[in-house]
Amino acid sequence: MSIAITTQFICFIVLSLVVIIGALGVVLLESIVYSAFLLGGVFMSVAGLYLLLNASFVAAAQVLVYVGAVNVLIIFAIMLVNKKEDLKPINDIKSRRVISTSICLTLLSLLIRVDLTNVWSLSSPQSSIGDESTIRIGEHLFSDYLLPFEVASVLLLMAMIGAIVLARRDVMSKDISTGLPVDQELIEKSSEPLLTNKN
Amino acid sequence: MEYGLDLEYSFNEFLKGFGLSSEIAHIIWLPLPMLLVLVAAVVGVLVTVWLERKISAAAQQRIGPEYAGALGVLQPIADGLKLLVKEDIIPAKADGILFTAGPILVLVPVILSWLIVPFGQNLLISNVGIGIFLWIALSSIQPIGLLMSGYASNNKYSLLGGLRAAAQSISYEIPLALSVLAIVLMTNSLSTVDIVNQQSGAGILSWNIWRQPVGFIVFWICALAECERLPFDLPEAEEELVAGYQTEYAGMKFALFYLGSYINLILSALLVSILYLGGWGFPIPVELIAKFLNLPINAPFIQVFTASIGIVMTVLKAYLLVFIAILLRWTTPRVRIDQLLDLGWKFLLPISLANLLITAGLKLAFPQFFGG
Repeated sequence: MSIAITTQFICFIVLSLVVIIGALGVVLLESIVYSAFLLGGVFMSVAGLYLLLNASFVAAAQVLVYVGAVNVLIIFAIMLVNKKEDLKPINDIKSRRVISTSICLTLLSLLIRVDLTNVWSLSSPQSSIGDESTIRIGEHLFSDYLLPFEVASVLLLMAMIGAIVLARRDVMSKDISTGLPVDQELIEKSSEPLLTNKN
Repeated sequence: MEYGLDLEYSFNEFLKGFGLSSEIAHIIWLPLPMLLVLVAAVVGVLVTVWLERKISAAAQQRIGPEYAGALGVLQPIADGLKLLVKEDIIPAKADGILFTAGPILVLVPVILSWLIVPFGQNLLISNVGIGIFLWIALSSIQPIGLLMSGYASNNKYSLLGGLRAAAQSISYEIPLALSVLAIVLMTNSLSTVDIVNQQSGAGILSWNIWRQPVGFIVFWICALAECERLPFDLPEAEEELVAGYQTEYAGMKFALFYLGSYINLILSALLVSILYLGGWGFPIPVELIAKFLNLPINAPFIQVFTASIGIVMTVLKAYLLVFIAILLRWTTPRVRIDQLLDLGWKFLLPISLANLLITAGLKLAFPQFFGG
């Protein structure tokens, strides 16, 4: 075995272990903050796996989007509403655990079946394209994958508008969930300059 | 455009001369440029710290450090040694693991980004295809480290500082990436070497700053904000937050933050000079001078000469920008958090979007000037 292949193999083992143990930690740990940080570690290791597959652009995009945006926002949200409260004990916790475990195992068996039945070798005998892949991704995004790409952006726009509507309730006359008129006073007070009353 | 020194090739040939296989020669070669860049980054930090002390002293009509070495040049080393031997304190109520991991997560991406900084045609660690995009991706990891150390300190000032740092970092990342995108559009490549080569046609006249003046200003403002330098040092605003996320840190862990922020400043200055000021290019093209003096461009001594000029030019441009950043720090007041976010989202973001659109239009209209 040459040195390059050995290095690649060791990297693959380490990254896979980090992904699996990290993902288990995200689910099993009690502290939500630890879970969020571990999630970032899992995303990073997945980016490492992409790097091993010669997909450096996808790896960088993974880091930028999942670690830099999604995970930071998750941590941000956790820290903004970091209430120390004891979770209520759930009565039928055992049956819930059984159900969720069986669903997860079903999904796992489905994935294993896909892994075993799918033909993974490339149809065309092209070797790895390496840095060329950035150009290929761009070509595909603007030709045959244009519609899914644009639909995804419309979806994000809808989510953004929804978030703004939920966050800025003061621009609405009625509360969205209850239908009662909104108490405009309360919301306006916080955005008023503090010094105006003292004149 | 295959000219310039190829040190890796010569080094490997040199080792093969001793009967080593090319693989082993490659393994011996690999750590050398990394070590060199690490040393360069740390020395750069020492120089910057000394400059900062001296220039701030001049701006405030003081003398500044003067006893440690001539003109106080040894002062930063004394500072560093002091931080090395200080006690490493973890507050009793802090979260030990996250408290330690935070500064590491802040420093490592910054040092990794030096991978793509070219000092010459072949004088960089790795000419990766995704080039400048790697830096944008890596710099987005930093806020996690800041949030982590802010949370783990178990201190309200630290938490607020960490949240502010993350908010600032996210909002300035977008105009930064958009102004880089305009350059990439003109270069047709993400690689930093290609970006410099595209500007090397006519010396100072072909630098990107003339074709991307708006992008240059937006990028510089965003880079300062990403480095948390005054006027954008809100995450550690002393009057409001003690020292932000660094409040509970002492000794070497604090030194990691300190190193990280200065390495980041130098890195940003280097990237501005690569993206907008022609990188290692001399204001008058070296080939023209060689032709004028009737010297062969491929002769070894000319090659060594041009390579050293390249390194000197890159460092000179970067330190000019560092000088401007230091002057800005000691002459401007701090903005408020709402002004900072307004500037980022309502001013820089639309302007950089318009800049990208206009660049694309100009590229279609004048392909010979804006890259085709």
